[in-house]
Parts: sequence; C-alpha cells; structure tokens
Amino acid sequence: MAEIEHYTLNFGPQHPAAHGVLRMILELDGETIERADPHVGLLHRGTEKLAEIKPYNQSIGYMDRLDYVSMMCNEHAYVLAIEKLLGISVPVRAQYIRVMFSEITRILNHLMWLGAHGLDVGAMTMFLYCFRDREPLMDAYEAVSGTRMHATYFRPGGVYRDLPETMPLYDKSPWRNDKKLKELNENRQGSLLDFLWDFTEKFDTSVDEYESLLTENRIWKQRLVGIGVVSPERAYQLGFTGPMLRGSGIAWDLRKMQPYEVYADLKFDIPVGRNGDCYDRYLVRVEELRQSNRIIRQCIKWLKNNPGPVIVDDHKVAPPRRAAMKDDMESLIHHFKLFTEGYCVPEGEAYAAVEHPKGEFGIYMLSDGANKPYRLKIRAPGFAHLSAMDEMSKGHMLADVVAIIGTMDVVFGEIDR
Amino acid sequence: MVKSLQNLVKQHLAEKIDTSRVYRDELTLELCHENLLEVVKLLRDHDEFQFEQLIDLCGVDYLTYGQDEWATQEATSTGFERGRECKKNTSEQQERRFAVVYHLLSVTLNHRIRLRVFISQETMMLPSVVGIWNSANWFEREAFDLYGILFEGHPDLRRILTDYGFIGHPFRKDFPVVGELEMRFDEEKEQCVYEPVSIEERVLVPRVIRRNK
Repeated sequence: MAEIEHYTLNFGPQHPAAHGVLRMILELDGETIERADPHVGLLHRGTEKLAEIKPYNQSIGYMDRLDYVSMMCNEHAYVLAIEKLLGISVPVRAQYIRVMFSEITRILNHLMWLGAHGLDVGAMTMFLYCFRDREPLMDAYEAVSGTRMHATYFRPGGVYRDLPETMPLYDKSPWRNDKKLKELNENRQGSLLDFLWDFTEKFDTSVDEYESLLTENRIWKQRLVGIGVVSPERAYQLGFTGPMLRGSGIAWDLRKMQPYEVYADLKFDIPVGRNGDCYDRYLVRVEELRQSNRIIRQCIKWLKNNPGPVIVDDHKVAPPRRAAMKDDMESLIHHFKLFTEGYCVPEGEAYAAVEHPKGEFGIYMLSDGANKPYRLKIRAPGFAHLSAMDEMSKGHMLADVVAIIGTMDVVFGEIDR
Repeated sequence: MVKSLQNLVKQHLAEKIDTSRVYRDELTLELCHENLLEVVKLLRDHDEFQFEQLIDLCGVDYLTYGQDEWATQEATSTGFERGRECKKNTSEQQERRFAVVYHLLSVTLNHRIRLRVFISQETMMLPSVVGIWNSANWFEREAFDLYGILFEGHPDLRRILTDYGFIGHPFRKDFPVVGELEMRFDEEKEQCVYEPVSIEERVLVPRVIRRNK
C-alpha cells in the first residue's frame, strides 16, 4: 500500500464545534496541522449593501443580526457613527443606559463564549451554568425593548425609551406550584434596575463557581495552556483587538484609551495576559466578566438617582412623543417625515469604534448628504481574528484547532456580514 | 491632537500626499497609488507615527455619489416610485470611480488616520499592503471580491465572501441589489440550476439629498 504523507480534511460547515458555518480545509501530516484554510461567507447577507438602500434608522435592526450574541454593542457603533456625522450629543442618562446595556451585552457574550468554549473542549456542564445566568440578562433586554435578542434599542440621539418601572411577572400555570411561582417572582417586584441589582449581587459568586470548575482543572489546562500562542508583535501584525490583543499582554482598551459615552467617569480595570495562549485569553475574559459587573453596578447607582431625558429633543432625528402628535400639527409632520423619508446626514465620512466584547467593532460611514448612507463598512473584529487561523494552528494537533476556534470567539453573523 | 498629527504629516510626507483634511476630528489623507507603499511604510515605522495596526481596509465605488432619485416634476399614478429616476453617469465621474480606504491605528501613540487611494479604471490595480500589515490579507480579498479591485503582490487573491463560482462584483453600484442569478433545485434534471432573477428591484424610500441647512 502506498504511504500517505499528507491528507486534506474538510472541517465543517456543519460541525458542532465550527461555531455556526465555518468551513475549513485542513492539510494534515498525521494529526499535525500543516495548513488551515478557512472558507467564510456562507452566512453573507450583504448587510452593507442593504444599508445603502435604506434610510439610516431602518438599518439599526440589521446591526443586531451581525454579531447575534452581542446585539446592542453592534447598534452602539452604528448610532455613534451617525451621531458623529450629525454632530449631535446624547443626554447623559441615555449615555449611562447605553453603557449599562453594553456591559450587560458583554456579559451575555462572554457567557456564551465560555459555555461554547467549554463545550468544545469537553466541559459539558459549563454550557448549562452559563445559560442559566444569561437568562436574567435576556429578561432585562426584553423588559426594555420587547425582544430577548434583537433589541433595536439604541437610536441616534439616545435610546428608544426609558427603563421600565416594573418587571413582567411569571404567570400561574399548572406546571408550577404557588411556592415555586413566588420564588420565581421574588426579584421581579421592583423596577428593572432593582432586578439587575439583584443579578449583580449574585453574579460574582457565579463567576467564582465557573472558575472553580475550570481555572485549576487539569484537563482544561492541558487543553489550553501553550496552545495558539501569539506574540505581541504578531498580534499587531494580524490586526488583533480586544481580548485577543490583551491576551498577548498589550493593555489596550478603547473604553480607557479613547473613551466614548461616560466610560471616562467609571471605575474599572483592564485585565492583561502574559503568555498570549488560549489559557491567558480565557483568564482575561473571565476577569472582564467581573469588571463588567462592576461597571453595571456603578451605572445602576447613578441611574437610580438621576432621572432625565433619554433621547435628544431634536425631532428631525428622534420622533416626537405620541401624545404630542394628537394635537400638535408640527409633531405630526415631524413624525411623518421621520418615518417616511428619514433625515439627511451632512456630507462627509466618519469612523466610530466601540470596545465590542470580541474586539474593536467599527463602523465607517460615508455620506453624500442623502437620507441613506452612501457606503457603510462594518469592521468586524472576528474577521481579522479568523484570518490568523492558519498561523495560530500551524504545528498544532487536530483537536487543538477546536480550542483555537473557541478562543477566537467567532460568530459568523459579523464575519460574513 | 488631530491638528498636530496633520502637521507631522505635512512635515514628513508633504510631497507624497495630494490632500489632507480634518473632519469630525478625523484626519483623512488622499494619495495616488504610486506613493502608497512608501507612505504606509513610513507611517508604520516612523517614531512619530507608529501605526502598527491596519484596522480596516475597504473599497468604495463612487459611481452614483451625490445623485438623488427624487424628482417631482411630474406626478403619475404609479405610486411610490413615481418620482424615481436613474441618471446616467458622466465620463468625468468614471475616472475617479473606485477608491480603497485604509484605517490605521497606533496603539502606542493612541491615534488614528485614514488614507484614501483612487484607482485608475484601466488597470484596477493597487499595490498590496500584506507585506506591511499581514492583517490586510483578508481585507484585500474582500475588496477584490466585492469590487473587483486587484492587489498587486497579494499572495492568494481569491474570492472570500461570495459563493463558490459567483460571477460579478456585488458591491459595485451598478450591480442590482436583487442580484443577477437565482438558484433552485430542478427536479427533472436532478441538479441545481441557475436562472436570471425573477424578482424586480423595488425602492421603498427614494434617495433624497437636502442641502438647506
């Protein structure tokens, strides 16, 4: 029989560890990776082209669907770009709400990542624990916007509406008795902020629980330590941002270095890795969970004491109040114009970036003065990270490829756009 | 801070740059493609710039820039699209049709810059910056895929986002949003067949430009 030296393996797109629709052509020498060629684009929907044929506000919903595990952070970059071009400033309360929900989103994203990464590497229970803690945050999304995922909550000039004073309660049902029902509704008696406060009280303990399962776990360390090592110089070259860059030991965070909204007034630390391997990136992200929790607590305290407007009063950009439309003709006209034609953005270009849970998520917007963007470019962090797949996996074993996909935290909604 | 960066650019790159403009606190340089490699190398390596990261690279098609579709001289009974009008493009615009936009970031010095390079329509060619920043690899593949811009010296210029065997460059302004071909499974032939699209392009909100501010 002829001896086979290299062979090619097709990985995905329907592989459970491929995080959606990643297809990779792996060239193997035995079980060692010689070359990895990711094929992306199986989820390409042409979001940027679709945005070119719609008024600005109608594309906010598309942003949620880019990285569908960190919805509001995508919206955030989009509305910041529009606001930059329009030259409007946002009420402080709206900024705090945006920051709070950005951090909620970061926790949502990192929990999803932690669960999926654990599952890839073989820690099955992590997935269940993480989804347990995602649930209250999804409820917060729902309370504020009506949907659990695709919120369309951030609008140019502020947020869609103020935080609700009550939380929806669980109903009586044949499947749960009165005692269980009371237990479920216990933390839902007050406002959304009370509900979130209750979550933040418990969350640090939850993170301790995750860490006790993984951080010192022998199997976990065997699978992650020394895998996918990226030096700081290579991290720059490969366009890494966010936790991938911090994992390599570079203390770079847009929230600190180029603060937007009210991040400059909040206290938080930036975790930095040392070795640039998968394990360090895991530690960085877990610490980010704690830091996000800390930011949310500061926001809740501020929001409880400072009522005020949550969207600008400029009705060329934000709709007038429904009640005002009933007897004020000008409000009615504003409403009609805003929802049919939209608003025209001055000619020019702007790039707005946020510290997205995955890295730097940027929106480059080019306007020719029309009511639709002339060109919208979405800078997805995962796109740059995944392009480093070949370099990161070269020389590793086949099973390590799965750990490397996990550590990149890829979501194909944003990579394929 | 942006102003000081602009002065630095003037100091070091004055002859290589066509225009430099600050808008909304962002510095944009326009340059021609002969100078591109020299300029980006200096921007990366010079101590006062240190742009060690290429954050983004994208193509832009200026074919219909500044054209609106809303002309209400005559109202007809055809509804929403009554005033919609597609204008023919002048040859003057064609010359400066495609551009590539680079976004650079310096982590060390905490500043950003944007470069824009127009491409001549005859060659559609631009030197690749993969050798300067390796992250340009996929971004250039994307610009090639969506706009048909060629990058000289790119190691592996394949399509990236569109389907295997796709024809055309979908983000060009003259490529219809509904596409050109649709695919279905033909039961008689027992294979996938490609046919011209059966749906028509529809504009729900016309493009309007108002400059009365």
